[in-house]
Amino acid sequence: MHIVIIGNGIAGITTARHIRKLSDYKVTVISSESEYFFSRTALMYIYMGHLKFEHTQPYENWFWKKNKIDLVFDRVTDINTENQSLSLQSGKLIGYDKLVLALGSTPRPLPTLGAELKGVQSLYSKQDLELLEDTKGIKQAVIIGGGLIGIELAEMLHSRGVHVTLAVREKQYWDIVLPPEEAEMVGKHIISRGIDLRLNTTVESINGSSKVESVTLGTGEVLECQFAGATIGVVPNIKFIENTAIATNRGILVDELLQTNVKNMYAIGDCAEIKQPTKGRRAIEAVWYTGRIMGESLAQTLCGTPTPYNPGIWFNSAKFVDLEYQTYGDVPAKIDGDLTSMFWSEEKPERGLRIVYEKATMKVRGFNALGLRLRHELCDEWIATGKTIDFVLENLEALNFDPEFYKKFASQVTSQFKTLA
Amino acid sequence: MNRLGTVLVVLGFSIFLAIPFLTTHTLTKSIITKEFNSDEKTTIATKAFEPVIEKTVSTWQLLSATGKAITEVNETAIANYSFSTENITRLENLAHNNSLNAKSIEALWGKENFKVIAFKNYGNWLFGREFGSDAELESNIKQVTDNIAQYEVIPKKGIDKYAAKSLKYNLAKHSITGLLHTNALLFLLLTFGLAVIGGLLMLQSYMAEKPGIKNNGTFFHPAKSRKWLGIIIGTLLISFYVLLYFFPEYMVGWIRLTDSISYKLSGSEAGQFFLYGFMYTVSMLVMGARMLAKYRHNNYQLIRTGSVMFFQTIFAFLIPEILVRLNQPYFDFKNAWPLDYDFFFDFELNKLIAGGNLGMFMLVWGITFSLIAVPIFTYFYGKRWYCSWVCGCGGLAETVGDPFRQLSDKSLRAWKIERYMIYSVLVFAVVMTIGVLYTYFTGASELLGINTFSMRQVYGAFIGAGFSGVVGTGFYPVMGNRVWCRFGCPLAAYMGIVQKFKSRFKITTNGGQCISCGNCSTYCEMGIDVRAYAQRGENIVRASCVGCGVCAAVCPRGVLKLENDSNTNRVNTANFVRK
Ligand SMILES: Cc1cc2nc3c(=O)[nH]c(=O)nc-3n(C[C@H](O)[C@H](O)[C@H](O)COP(=O)(O)OP(=O)(O)OC[C@H]3O[C@@H](n4cnc5c(N)ncnc54)[C@H](O)[C@@H]3O)c2cc1C
Ligand code: SF4
Repeated sequence: MHIVIIGNGIAGITTARHIRKLSDYKVTVISSESEYFFSRTALMYIYMGHLKFEHTQPYENWFWKKNKIDLVFDRVTDINTENQSLSLQSGKLIGYDKLVLALGSTPRPLPTLGAELKGVQSLYSKQDLELLEDTKGIKQAVIIGGGLIGIELAEMLHSRGVHVTLAVREKQYWDIVLPPEEAEMVGKHIISRGIDLRLNTTVESINGSSKVESVTLGTGEVLECQFAGATIGVVPNIKFIENTAIATNRGILVDELLQTNVKNMYAIGDCAEIKQPTKGRRAIEAVWYTGRIMGESLAQTLCGTPTPYNPGIWFNSAKFVDLEYQTYGDVPAKIDGDLTSMFWSEEKPERGLRIVYEKATMKVRGFNALGLRLRHELCDEWIATGKTIDFVLENLEALNFDPEFYKKFASQVTSQFKTLA
Repeated sequence: MNRLGTVLVVLGFSIFLAIPFLTTHTLTKSIITKEFNSDEKTTIATKAFEPVIEKTVSTWQLLSATGKAITEVNETAIANYSFSTENITRLENLAHNNSLNAKSIEALWGKENFKVIAFKNYGNWLFGREFGSDAELESNIKQVTDNIAQYEVIPKKGIDKYAAKSLKYNLAKHSITGLLHTNALLFLLLTFGLAVIGGLLMLQSYMAEKPGIKNNGTFFHPAKSRKWLGIIIGTLLISFYVLLYFFPEYMVGWIRLTDSISYKLSGSEAGQFFLYGFMYTVSMLVMGARMLAKYRHNNYQLIRTGSVMFFQTIFAFLIPEILVRLNQPYFDFKNAWPLDYDFFFDFELNKLIAGGNLGMFMLVWGITFSLIAVPIFTYFYGKRWYCSWVCGCGGLAETVGDPFRQLSDKSLRAWKIERYMIYSVLVFAVVMTIGVLYTYFTGASELLGINTFSMRQVYGAFIGAGFSGVVGTGFYPVMGNRVWCRFGCPLAAYMGIVQKFKSRFKITTNGGQCISCGNCSTYCEMGIDVRAYAQRGENIVRASCVGCGVCAAVCPRGVLKLENDSNTNRVNTANFVRK
């Protein structure tokens, strides 16, 4: 059996590693981005000088040969689903018995006028990072679009002394995801870190003759800049399979076993769109750990134990410059209907905690943490087993995952909520 | 501010580096008389020193003259006290006639003669012996007379290697005159003073930024990423350690600067290790202040850095000096065997035993601390309680060495080498200690055919000085700041075993939150690939972890937490990640 995986990101590589653990199948991983697997999530740290590229590679280079995982550094240009083979850019043909598509995402193209100018770019791939070195010596930059990659790009440029304007369409920072209090806190934090955050701001055009010279905002204001960041989100990277028999919507459509409509073909990671997501999950979730869990599940399936993809209760985390963010369970941007919540925050140290629960049953449904850390396993367990808000408040200290000697928050949170109740 | 600070630091260091070249000496007859403690040697030496006596000379000129004087003294001693060719012929004749014995040589040169006494000690096995051939006879006698020259004449009538070392040092140290001598305090301020003030001013760059993880530009920095400045710093550090351990006579100018402080503390003049202790403490305090500024948002880092600064200043530096002033044994209460490898050496034991009640207390304290307190504390808190809260070597690594932590090797190969090396050193330290104690109690100089004295000499030179000093600190800018702690420290090895198999300490991984970014592994000074565990949702229990807490601090997703917890679940895998 020969299993071929396109894409050496977290999804593809996890599949390969787990197939190797479970079987002796021949495994080939193809990627045109980098020779070896690296962590996309760490790209920003290379630019900021915290890490070198080699530090973002979770496995040493000898690992692949030793584990008999064949790596091919090439681009797949065509998939022949009839005779199960792939054409590569180098002209080579590779046959497969099973094919795993782990193609990742690609930045959503900026519809703005002037988006094709030099100095306008996004941040997704290793090549993007290399291109970003052209920012050496520039003075001003405008980042278009708030979201997680937008703030990372802003922080990166800021760390090298560039004046950064972060132009965001929303009323509050990332308020399509964050409830108002959190959104406001994050916005304030970003400004306090020296980034010129402009809310309610659209971009009319990017101007320049060949290179970007300025950006015109919706208000008519013109911001001089030598770089424009396009970070308005990502979309599944499925362009090259559009004319094949593989069924797609926004992403590649898969069932709970991650199978596409084509026989012997699977899709995982950012590029997969789950036809029937489990409760509380979305059809496309472009985050690190979902790619990993899909890879683990698919490897089981491919090695004889059909294992439906079940990511469990939603969680995620991010860092806005110096402010850490963790979320567990359901914390909608607009908390209404049968949900309600409690929010506690303080200025020094800068931190906040939201606990969402059901009005009727008092059962806890989700947590948002800013500037403090919560214990994943307990949050998950308490949500899964339907602990009440009273129980949570009483045992809040157990959730605390902050480093030792940090100022505790549990009693403050509890007493604020008690007085409210 | 930052720029001014840099200028002051560079200036302070430059003046410091210039001092050996600015040091001048004037040798007087009275100094020679004092240091060559016999009339005979003094006369010869004074003559040999003629060209430099009462003249202003550099350290190099002085030491080269001293070398010549020592050679002169030794050559004269050999000429006067060892067997000449003619003497040897006589001995051979006696042997030919079968009358080589105590009586006959006494008759030749007299009963009280130095040579005669020596020959009776070294050559008595030849008395009355038959020789197969003339050649055998000659070579046997030659062997005895050579031994006498080397082990009797030179040490007693001349100056042997060890005496020569301290003689050179003492002559150089006590003959300093001129600018440096009269303005020692001024130079202390111009070197240490400027560097300290400059260093503190440079902290402004951290304070100017908002609190948070500050690693921007680390891998672009000329010192922090094995670039030119790192190479220069490493070279200077290595040179310093080589001078300190092997050629202290060239450091007398620097040592002179700290005399006044030494007098204030212990009542006696500074030696090379006082200078070292002083520099060590001052650098730890300044760079500790840098840690405090850099991590001012992180209480764990603040408290633990404060702790190493405290233990170094009070326990390692001040208390031992004050003990000396009070005529008590020099003793560092926080040092533990086997890091403190000479704790059980005869001279140390004798010193403590001779030290009265306090000395006895120190002896009991040292043994209890090393053998009982160390494993118990390690059980409760992991080895971090010592390595990154108390220890002097660890303290230096965590403060002065912090800028270099990212340079440790994370490869599997390095981990393998680490385990071979550190446990070998532990075995070596234990065997040596057993041997030394065996000799101490039985008087026998060998254990299992190995000379315990040479064992401890080899350990002292290769592990004590070479490894922990020259390599351990000198290689900060190349291999990171815990080279010694990771590859060499026997105490770390010992606590590591406890930590790995029987301790409540672990680093907990927060479920499935790891994004495999690699910050934790990169900034692990012990070269632990933290990410390898974290990305599998697995807790981290590694013998080498010193619990500095930096992985947890730099992790952008709040994945890691240092904890002392019950023993269940020491290694678990979160459900969110299947292995
Ligand atoms: C800057 C940045 C920061 C992020 N930070 C976080 C974070 O903090 N937390 C989080 O959860 N997520 C984060 N993400 C998202 C996360 O990185 C992605 O969800 C994850 O990397 C997706 O993994 P994947 O394996 O599905 O795809 P990818 O990692 O995109 O891998 C797909 C690979 O397939 C290759 N490929 C595609 N088509 C072909 C072809 N035809 N031929 C050959 N090779 C091909 C691509 O070149 C690519 O190398 C971040 C993303 C970015 C860009
Ligand atoms: S720093 Fe944190 S997120 Fe990054 S690899 Fe380490 S544990 Fe994972």
